[in-house]
Amino acid sequence: MPDDIRVLIRSNLDIVTARQEGRALAARTGFGATDVTLIATVISELARNIVSYARQGEIVMRVVAGANAQGVTIISHDSGPGIRSVEDAMRDGYSTSGGLGLGLPGVRRLMDEFTIESALGRGTTVRVTKWLT
Amino acid sequence: MEVPILKQGRYLIATIQAALSDEDLLQLRRALLERVIQFRSRGVIVDVTALDVMDSFATRTLRDITYMIRLRGADTVIVGIQPEVAFAMVQLGLTLDVACALDLEEGLAHLEQRARSSS
Amino acid sequence: MGNKKPVNVPQPPSTQSTELLRELVAHLREHRTQLREEWASRITEAQLLTAMTKDEIFAEATSVYDNYVEALATGTLEALQSYSRNLSERIIPRGVETHEVVGIVLLLRDVLARSLFAKYQGDFTKLNRILDAYEPAANRIANTVAVGFVQERERVIRQQQEAIRELSTPVLQVRERLLILPIIGVIDPQRARQLTEQLLRGIRTNRAKVVVIDITGVAAMDATVANHLVQTVEASRLLGATVIVTGLSPEIAQTIVNIGVDLGKMNTVGDLQGGIEQAERLLGYKVIPGAEATGAA
Repeated sequence: MPDDIRVLIRSNLDIVTARQEGRALAARTGFGATDVTLIATVISELARNIVSYARQGEIVMRVVAGANAQGVTIISHDSGPGIRSVEDAMRDGYSTSGGLGLGLPGVRRLMDEFTIESALGRGTTVRVTKWLT
Repeated sequence: MEVPILKQGRYLIATIQAALSDEDLLQLRRALLERVIQFRSRGVIVDVTALDVMDSFATRTLRDITYMIRLRGADTVIVGIQPEVAFAMVQLGLTLDVACALDLEEGLAHLEQRARSSS
Repeated sequence: MGNKKPVNVPQPPSTQSTELLRELVAHLREHRTQLREEWASRITEAQLLTAMTKDEIFAEATSVYDNYVEALATGTLEALQSYSRNLSERIIPRGVETHEVVGIVLLLRDVLARSLFAKYQGDFTKLNRILDAYEPAANRIANTVAVGFVQERERVIRQQQEAIRELSTPVLQVRERLLILPIIGVIDPQRARQLTEQLLRGIRTNRAKVVVIDITGVAAMDATVANHLVQTVEASRLLGATVIVTGLSPEIAQTIVNIGVDLGKMNTVGDLQGGIEQAERLLGYKVIPGAEATGAA
């Protein structure tokens, strides 16, 4: 059973670590250059959200086996304030901190599977998966 | 790690390395502005050839750099965005509404053309 | 910093078992030459690895054997995984197939097991304990090598498919700094994505400043693909290239407007010819009407 790669996210520097680990994992799994960059960028955004909104959290990444191929799953988890309205956050163009907001609609577009759970006062967990085509 | 900035005549060339942290980017913004003022530069090239991921913060900061340098009357051009990075950016919806060129050579040509047309 | 845990062979809980494994590994190392030869000859007997010469088989057998024993000794599979990937990269182009790889690893497992039977035949209790330590480890190893091989094979197949797709979607360089991408037929999101990747790489390789994307041959486009076209235009701009879209039908124009894109911002020309002329103007060529042939011959 392949193991998880966990990166504790506490500061901006951890964002770089997380995406480098993600890039390496994606490359090892067999993704091409474009997808490797996509995955690294998604991890960067998710980690960035943790730093911006929750101060501290964790990014977990692992190789997963699907029906036809392998893939990579990334879980972004924090115990921060939570998202007030997940619906709003998932709508394109929505932004609370000026600029590109949480980038979640973009993340969902890039990944094959996407789930998000968030509760005010309890934190947020985003889970995404990309499969090798 | 500090981003190296070279002066080439009236232009400044900043070359970014791969593992770029948020602090590095902010430091770059400060340094470029200082030097544009100090040298009265007409143009700035930010070379991102080595940048393997361009996320929202990097995009925002590059945009900020362009605006701030424009306020000093100088042009900025971003060069060397990799195909994979460009692809990821547009898919993620990150817009970089600034002048872009393929590489250093093209970037300089662009700045020179801008200088010609505005003089 | 991330904690990457090494992949472990499940260790038997008692220290006795660790002792046994150590004894086992010592035995395998002591009889390395003989066991390796036995294995190599069984491989030939079973008519596996026929694509390779006897010398090659022997050389690879040596490495596999050593890595196998090492994995047993250390209890970690990382070194074996990386060796397995390496080995696969070497033998796949030689035409070695999955059943052969699985076959030889199982043969090794058996050769080593038999040698353990021979050594401990006088003490069945001990033999059982040794096998209890050996079997799960050996099975884990066989699995690792087989999986490594299969993954590498899949990667190669994907690469080949990609190459075939690339050959069938040409990006044409007709003049210096000018690329044309004629798109014909039905585009699904996967093909659209592949076209974009190729185009962007083409822009970089050819140092193109202008790209003409001709969609005259495209009957219809759904919102996803239209969005993709818009993204391609923007991505090209990030690489310093201007895109001219030609052959836009009224239906597709409507689709683009419907997804919220300002067509006025897009550079569009009615037909390919016009698009190429516009491109040449942008590049600073003088366009002489009539006798001068522009574009692809």
